[in-house]
Amino acid sequence: MAYFLQQLINGVTLGMIYGLIAIGYTMVYGIIGMINFAHGEIYMIGAFIAVIAFGVIGVLGISFVPLALLIVLIVTMVFTAAYGWTLERVAYRPLRDAPRLAPLISAIGMSFFLTNYVAIVQGARVKPLQPVIRGDFIVYDDGVFSVHLTYVQMLIWTLTLVLMAVFAYLIGRTAFGRAQRCVQQDRVMAGLVGIDVDRTIAATFVIGAALASVAGMMVALYYGVVDFFMGFLAGIKAFTAAVLGGIGSLPGAILGGLLLGLVESLWSAYFSIEYKDVAAFSILVLVLIFRPTGLLGRPEVEKV
Amino acid sequence: MAAMPEPARFDWREALTDAALAAAVAAALAVPLIGFHAVDEPTGIRIDTRFDWVVIGVITVFVGRLLLGALKRLRPQTALAPLGRAAMRLRPAATALTWAGLAFAVLLPVLPFSNRYVIDVATTVLIYVMLGWGLNIVVGLAGLLDLGYVAFYAVGAYSYALLAINLDLSFWECLPLAGLFAGVTGVLLGFPVLRLRGDYLAIVTLGFGEIVRIIIINWQSFTGGPNGITGVPRPSFFGLPFTANPAEGQVAFHQLLGLEYSPSHRIVFLYFLILALALITNLFTLRIRKLPVGRAWEALREDEIACRALGINPRNTKLTAFGIGAMFGGFAGAFFATRQGFISPESFTFVESATIVAIVVLGGMGSQIGVVLAALFLTLLPELGREFAQFRMVVFGAAMVLIMIWRPHGLLASREPTLRLKREDAPP
Repeated sequence: MAYFLQQLINGVTLGMIYGLIAIGYTMVYGIIGMINFAHGEIYMIGAFIAVIAFGVIGVLGISFVPLALLIVLIVTMVFTAAYGWTLERVAYRPLRDAPRLAPLISAIGMSFFLTNYVAIVQGARVKPLQPVIRGDFIVYDDGVFSVHLTYVQMLIWTLTLVLMAVFAYLIGRTAFGRAQRCVQQDRVMAGLVGIDVDRTIAATFVIGAALASVAGMMVALYYGVVDFFMGFLAGIKAFTAAVLGGIGSLPGAILGGLLLGLVESLWSAYFSIEYKDVAAFSILVLVLIFRPTGLLGRPEVEKV
Repeated sequence: MAAMPEPARFDWREALTDAALAAAVAAALAVPLIGFHAVDEPTGIRIDTRFDWVVIGVITVFVGRLLLGALKRLRPQTALAPLGRAAMRLRPAATALTWAGLAFAVLLPVLPFSNRYVIDVATTVLIYVMLGWGLNIVVGLAGLLDLGYVAFYAVGAYSYALLAINLDLSFWECLPLAGLFAGVTGVLLGFPVLRLRGDYLAIVTLGFGEIVRIIIINWQSFTGGPNGITGVPRPSFFGLPFTANPAEGQVAFHQLLGLEYSPSHRIVFLYFLILALALITNLFTLRIRKLPVGRAWEALREDEIACRALGINPRNTKLTAFGIGAMFGGFAGAFFATRQGFISPESFTFVESATIVAIVVLGGMGSQIGVVLAALFLTLLPELGREFAQFRMVVFGAAMVLIMIWRPHGLLASREPTLRLKREDAPP
């Protein structure tokens, strides 16, 4: 029981990270109907920028932890968002009316480029990050096994929930959110009623990148290591989460992320840790075969 | 800039603002990742600064953007248009190039500059050419983006290695079996997922590629796990081994032909073997394009809904493309195993899949000669120097993006109708 509870806590933490990345996939898919293949790389860049920012803060000598976290959070979001914007500008905007496979391939190219660019400029070795936040408290103890909830996990939960609230407000209540939903429904018509379509799509990429960068920062804090290849697997899993929840649906992204995180951590705990990636991929395949619209997605109508 | 031939209405202020904006973005991108370097040390990370690099990069972007803007302004076409026309002119020359290339490939082992190294590299190039041609059936003709092609390559390689070691079959008995296994794997994997749309299919095939690799790594007792399989039997010349001292009662290749024993015989034999396999792949593709199923592939690539209206079964048609493509991947895998004599999951990573996709895409989806040129380029690039190997994937990625922007159909894309109602000229 206690062991199960611990896996539940770990799974929810992992799931929130996947969910944050999945929002980027689902938003971009919603607005331009394409999978942003380089999104995992954006998350990886976010993690690197966070580690570097922690390093720089250490050099500057800021030792008050909440302040340091806030600075790193803002720096990471801003600079990673710049990468997201550039990605859209370089690899997607020129190809907006090109054949379907073209933007996908240019995004794959971008993903290689970013992975290896980081490997060259920052080195190919795993980068450790000293624990910034230590400590935990014991939630439950049945005498044999005690369930820990670390402060980092609590930070991840709080941060994710706060970001979700801000994000839901942004999409649901602001002028930008209306423009975004409008472009999602009909790009040409949105342009005709005076919405700057290019800017709206760019902003979508920027927001997706900013959320992914927070996920990157949280992973750096949680696991304490980053490497240039981490975006690949995380990207596919977050995509799985987005598909599981129903691609194009924002609550679906979080739901899918949580489910995938739980499946993965319970699978590792009770079955075999070697095959945990296979479990995630199998979920992706099964969902796509049996319920391509996901749990909360609307069926897609193909128009001639 | 003052001595430009046309004193065109060039808005300096606009151009400078644009370039400054580009430079500002470049600075924002470069400062965190290039400006600071997290050096990992036993005690943790140390931060180094490299702002000189950032300054150089930002200045390059500024000047480059300014020049690009000026070029665009002075000529209404995009700056890359002349290159596009050059590629178009290359098309007729491609036929001549094909025959010249073929003659060169056949004569390569007897050419004066050829040595063991050259033939080895040429063999590697040909493996990629064959993989490219095999994948071209799936991506180029049928328009299905398969990011897990390496799975079939792996199935072929492991089929050969396991059959040859465990059942003591020869290379020639294993080759069709390897192709068969890979083809069947292709059909089995393709069956549930082929009704998915392009980008979903890409991700799912990527997932399959990883699943196959993870299974190979973890199924220790069968595949040897991460250690791989050593001592994969070398091929024989139709039963005649390439050894200096053959076993009792056997005749070696050099003895039969009365030649002095030389280890290069096997290298040259392998070279011709892969050349033949690659050419068979190519010939097969060229012929099947003219059959109804080939025509259906290309029609399906262009418009699936129209095809369904015409009574083509999209799933079965796609499945044949997937299965046949996988089969050629399996053949190439069997050859790879016999050539290396050692296989491990290391050789079948996503990067390998991506390289093959890059070869097909850069060459121009559907263009056979384009695949050869791209395979040459991508395989020879790292051979130029070890320091290039590190930059290879960066160049890969950038090239994929630029080529897609410049020619969304690929370099030498052949999108001409394969069938015309009226014959315009005599067939060549």
